[in-house]
Amino acid sequence: MNVKLKVWRQASGQQSGGFEEYEAKELNPNMSFLEMLDEVNEELIQAGKEPITFEHDCREGICGSCSLMIGGEPHGPEYRVASCQTYMRSFKDGDVITIEPFRSKAFPVLKDLVVDRSAFDRIIQAGGFISVSTGSAPDANSIPVPKVSADLSMDAAACIGCGACVASCKNGAAMLFASAKAAHLNLLPQGQAEKDRRVLAIVETMDAQGFGSCSNTYACESACPKGITVDFIAKLNRDYALASVRTKLLGAAA
Amino acid sequence: MKALLQVVTSSVGKKILMGVSGVLLVAFITVHMLGNLQIFLGEHALNGYAHFLKISPELLWGFRLAMLGIVAVHVLVALALTLENRGARPVAYAREKSAASYASRTMIVGGLVVVVFAIYHLLHFTAHTTNPEFDTLLDAGGQPDVYRMVLEGFSNGWVSLFYVLGVALLSWHLSHGVSSMCQSLGLRNRRSAWLIDRAAVGFALVVFAGMAAVPAAVYFKLIA
Repeated sequence: MNVKLKVWRQASGQQSGGFEEYEAKELNPNMSFLEMLDEVNEELIQAGKEPITFEHDCREGICGSCSLMIGGEPHGPEYRVASCQTYMRSFKDGDVITIEPFRSKAFPVLKDLVVDRSAFDRIIQAGGFISVSTGSAPDANSIPVPKVSADLSMDAAACIGCGACVASCKNGAAMLFASAKAAHLNLLPQGQAEKDRRVLAIVETMDAQGFGSCSNTYACESACPKGITVDFIAKLNRDYALASVRTKLLGAAA
Repeated sequence: MKALLQVVTSSVGKKILMGVSGVLLVAFITVHMLGNLQIFLGEHALNGYAHFLKISPELLWGFRLAMLGIVAVHVLVALALTLENRGARPVAYAREKSAASYASRTMIVGGLVVVVFAIYHLLHFTAHTTNPEFDTLLDAGGQPDVYRMVLEGFSNGWVSLFYVLGVALLSWHLSHGVSSMCQSLGLRNRRSAWLIDRAAVGFALVVFAGMAAVPAAVYFKLIA
């Protein structure tokens, strides 16, 4: 199969960018989208041109590196997969596919299709941890974890931090990501001690990065390759309200 | 005070303000609709209800100021959020397919048109600025004759049409808004979402039917 690509090219964050068109010919429909880009890049390199820069690592849908807006959808047309697990068979012969970087004020473009997602790291640094005194390893099962909490916490922990939620949101909001990170730890007994502090710090840091806020369109949920649900955003709102009342308004220690 | 300000100016805090003011506005709309529907119980019921609402000027003005405050919070916070949210994506996509519903993406525009409609509505039926002759409509007991005011107010087809359009837009806003306020206040989850989303659309339809019934009944001469 053959497709035409309209790819965003931008030499650096300081320079302005624009679309360039490429033709990808004689593709195997079972190639991954990234393998198709590899082929196009191979030809560009052979022709002495600058290859298209895009981010990738594991190519098995678990690292969250690949971050492409494919045909107007983060990670392309398929449901619950990352760009690396999008295959050319999802497109038709002769399709024109637009490839753009994830767009958000908090995700500045570094080069071509690569954006700087360190804003997510700063949110994790603010609250995505549990403080423990290191020492000898605790006994197994010394802290009982209810099955329901463990399951929900695992659902939240499935977030790979790819940024598709931000990319799909009309407000460029990071609420799905932030809420998954908060819920992942807030649901577990080990996370209770720092629950209020965690929620307040995550929201404060998220706001400082320049992300928008949620207007409950739920575009993020349908774009998420890991199926994180907006239930976690409702939980973040609830936990934030309670934490604010307890620590900021009543003055309890955070 | 500083702590409170920090909370209500955060992204989640603003959502909570939108949710709480939304709940209060939904309560107001429900009571307003039930009040309107008393027109079908006859002249005495509606005029008596209107008189009851104005028994105490202190309560009336206290309530009006509170409503103004709630609307101001709902509108101003929405404007602040819209500006911030627009700023969060400085470079637009060349191609974008959104999975979000149309109602959820048009809340600000629809909401602002509803505000314009509400201002006209107040000038029409409360302040009588558009129709000063409403001031002279009195019933047998010498009280304002709201029943006749409504009949005369909706005798103009264009006014009725504008009213129905305003109410339709309000319902459109509510069809997403009612579900959205539950989410913003942390009350929605997978299990309740099915019910909440349908209840929101159901409530929006009931509000449309309840509000539009009055001008429709006047237009089709079901009440006179």
